[in-house]
Amino acid sequence: MRGKNAFQKFAAVPHSVWVVMFIVAPLLFVLGFAFRGNDGSFSFSNIAELAQYGNVFILSIAFALIATVVCLLIGYPLAYFMSRQSARTQRILMVMVMLPMWCNLLIRTYALMALLDNGGLLNSLLESMGLEKLPIVGTNFGVILGMVYDFLPYMVLPIFTSMTKLDQRYIEASYDLGCNGWQTMTKVIMPLTASGVISGVTMVFVPSISTFYISQKLGAGKIDLVGDTIERLFQNTSTYGVGAAISLVMMILILISVGVMNRFSNDGTDPVATVKRGGPAK
Amino acid sequence: MKKRLFTALLALSLLCTVLLPALTSCDSESGGITTLYVYNWGEYLSDGSEGTLPVNDMFEEWYYETYGERVKVNYSTFSSNETMYAKISSGSVNYDVIVPSDYMIERLIDEGLLAKLDYGNIPEIGNILPDFQNADYDPDKNGDGYNDYSVPYLYGMIGIIYNTTMVDEEDIGSWDLMWNEKYEGNILQFNNSRDAFGSAMYNLGLWDQINTDDEAIWRQALEELKKQKPILQGYVMDEIYNKMENGSAAIAAYYAGDYLTMYENNEDLEFYYPREGTNLYVDAMCVPASSQNKTVAERYINYMLTAEPAIANAEYTYYASPNKLVVEDEEYVAYMNDIKDDGYEKMYVTTDVDGNEVQTSSYRNLKGDKLLLLNNLWEELKSDISVSGGIYAICGVILGTMTGFIIFFAVRRKKRNIY
Amino acid sequence: MKILSKCYIGIIFFLLYIPIAVLILFSFNEAGSLAEFTGFTTAWYEELFLDEEAFSSLMNSLILAISSSLIATVIGTFGALGLHRMRNRYIKGAVNSMTNVPMMNPDIVTGVSMMLLFVTLAGILHAKSFFGFGTMLVAHVTFNLPYVLLSVMPRFKQLDKSLSEAAQDLGCTPARAFFSVELPQIIPGIISGLMLGFTMSLDDFVISHFVSSPDFQTLPLYVYNQTSHNVKFSMYALCSIIVLTILLILIAVNFAGGKKKGKGGTK
Repeated sequence: MRGKNAFQKFAAVPHSVWVVMFIVAPLLFVLGFAFRGNDGSFSFSNIAELAQYGNVFILSIAFALIATVVCLLIGYPLAYFMSRQSARTQRILMVMVMLPMWCNLLIRTYALMALLDNGGLLNSLLESMGLEKLPIVGTNFGVILGMVYDFLPYMVLPIFTSMTKLDQRYIEASYDLGCNGWQTMTKVIMPLTASGVISGVTMVFVPSISTFYISQKLGAGKIDLVGDTIERLFQNTSTYGVGAAISLVMMILILISVGVMNRFSNDGTDPVATVKRGGPAK
Repeated sequence: MKKRLFTALLALSLLCTVLLPALTSCDSESGGITTLYVYNWGEYLSDGSEGTLPVNDMFEEWYYETYGERVKVNYSTFSSNETMYAKISSGSVNYDVIVPSDYMIERLIDEGLLAKLDYGNIPEIGNILPDFQNADYDPDKNGDGYNDYSVPYLYGMIGIIYNTTMVDEEDIGSWDLMWNEKYEGNILQFNNSRDAFGSAMYNLGLWDQINTDDEAIWRQALEELKKQKPILQGYVMDEIYNKMENGSAAIAAYYAGDYLTMYENNEDLEFYYPREGTNLYVDAMCVPASSQNKTVAERYINYMLTAEPAIANAEYTYYASPNKLVVEDEEYVAYMNDIKDDGYEKMYVTTDVDGNEVQTSSYRNLKGDKLLLLNNLWEELKSDISVSGGIYAICGVILGTMTGFIIFFAVRRKKRNIY
Repeated sequence: MKILSKCYIGIIFFLLYIPIAVLILFSFNEAGSLAEFTGFTTAWYEELFLDEEAFSSLMNSLILAISSSLIATVIGTFGALGLHRMRNRYIKGAVNSMTNVPMMNPDIVTGVSMMLLFVTLAGILHAKSFFGFGTMLVAHVTFNLPYVLLSVMPRFKQLDKSLSEAAQDLGCTPARAFFSVELPQIIPGIISGLMLGFTMSLDDFVISHFVSSPDFQTLPLYVYNQTSHNVKFSMYALCSIIVLTILLILIAVNFAGGKKKGKGGTK
């Protein structure tokens, strides 16, 4: 029986080594760079630099929050209405939600920017109708709009999935027991699709708070979010220390919020995992 | 049957994992083909699109005919000196020819990142006009009459591009246009620290102070830029082409040659050199110290100095050329004037709207503290974001509702547990 | 109510698809402008097909996606096997949750952390061209691993342990027992992990952005570079082709293979 132990013992070794080398070690490097002073010794100087990025953090969190809520407000009814359609229509709609999800984010964002830019189709249409131009690119509204547009499918899909899994008999039962439409919605459907909502919220919030391409294009480089700052510090000014400190703070921030959200998820499954898997795999 | 198939599949996948990296890493070195990595500004080399000459392909052919060896040019582009520097200085990427601007060349030389050129491999160096040799940024220390590390590629001045349908004639002529509140939301500023701070200093009339040691002047420029930020549409680099061409923005300072590229697509665009003075820059070809094919790189540089590719590049980019074979070529002058009536003059003569000669100055490498200062000020500008009360209010409502929900559910759950 | 809900669905999808539709429509625009449509042309597509850089980026993307998903699948499958059998709960839990970190973390943090590792390694090794295919491969395998584990792990949990034991009682070595008894049962999980990794890798921009070098450019990186320069209209053609390809694949997967639904699932 020694052979058995050996094979099974070593089966996980490459995986574990890989995880330590390329997941754990890099995170330690982030930690290391964040706490390393200019002379190489332990220092809080990079952390101290974070003070000037206070507003950048606040703005990023605010944008991500707003985008998430807007996605939820648009996405929940959409998922609900979708789940009321015939099976055939549902399938078509599902593909239509997934197409933008599979499409590269860069393409979608760029397409949106090209459409909304001051000289783009929207504004030239407005102009030809004799209306004022509507400046969207380079404004806060533009950036939030970009986030909503890009991440809405990530909200719709998990909610839609949990809607379709919902046992129709619960709804019938609730009507039989004298609930009206609104009560059925709030007392039966909403609680039973909560895990889908939590997945959706996580799936929209995390990429929104860390994006840099959306703010680069729709904010025209003027509205800098945390993602832009990290990208610039690493790719442009080569100040890795401060960049690492910002990444560290953002990582902690996200792990806390995801952790909090996981606590509210009833079934205890990891929401991000379920959706990311549920998305492209199906 | 199925089982065997899967075992085969698994074996194949294992084989692939072992072989693939080996295969891909092989063909760059062995196989008799040398790969020459060239790193240049975006849209800065005649690439064969829209009927221009494919200069890199021509070089490959020429090289094979002359030396009997195959060279493959791997051409990639950057959008600012700083991005290029970040790549070079990390030491983790390898290039053979790079084309930085003057001040960045000085920095790369100071940091020992460039290789001294062997002019034995660059016999065409005599084509470069003497004005461009022994440059401030790369002085001729060994006395051969040429720059030690760099061969000028193209040069130009920064000017202001504006859309005549959106900007009133009486507002033009000065850097002030970039700070004119009348055009709020329609102005584009450089998205790189050097040019952005430069523009602020020129606007302040400090054309000769752009490399100053005085921190107060840098801070003054920062205040000027902070004042400008609210009326800007954004900080952009090469996105400027599309934005100016389709009328998304009305005013932008950019490099002279690029103006003609934009003018080709939108004839409403005009251009002037501001009367307070402006920046003169030279972009030059260099070989990084880490290059593994220095000789081939030098031959590449040499090839770019010969008439056909030099003219092709100058005609493609519309930038001014320091190469006498180009500027003395009548067809080239005619070509430039064909794009726009005063195309040639615009690129080579720096006069303002009143016809007076404009003062020019060039960036120099900022050493140590000053560079750090510039980086910090740039960060200060970029992170200078005001969060409006409206955003706070919306977030307050969202967070309030969320807490409400959480408390509501917690209470309900507790109640249920009691029953 | 029914009509209202249909209207709502219609409006949202209309808004969702307008930018993409405009992009595709204007990729046939003669004027090469987004403001007005002047005439139909396929010139941009012709230009795209002559563009060597776009083609080589596509090839690079495919090479990277195939190799990284294969490596991740092999490592992850054995990892799942080992973890499934592992007795030590703490190690098991630690490895499991660390594997999931790249999935929970924002891509930019994963990218940055990888970059710091590689920059440091390059410094130690005095390597001159460290970034490139190798670093990209490592990064892509790393973020593919959690998806493989997620797809394969549940299959192991469903396995009947006694089957493998029976095989060994009948004289199989443990390795042989694994390959001939257990592997065929977890194949659907492996395949879905492979597919997932493949698509994730093909689509990734952010992580690649931090660990790439210009001599190994993937399609998303190419699109990024194009959109931050003077955008040629052949870029619109490229984007249209990508969108249409994905649409075709989705339709094929969802409708042609619809009857076999559930077979390739990961539950």
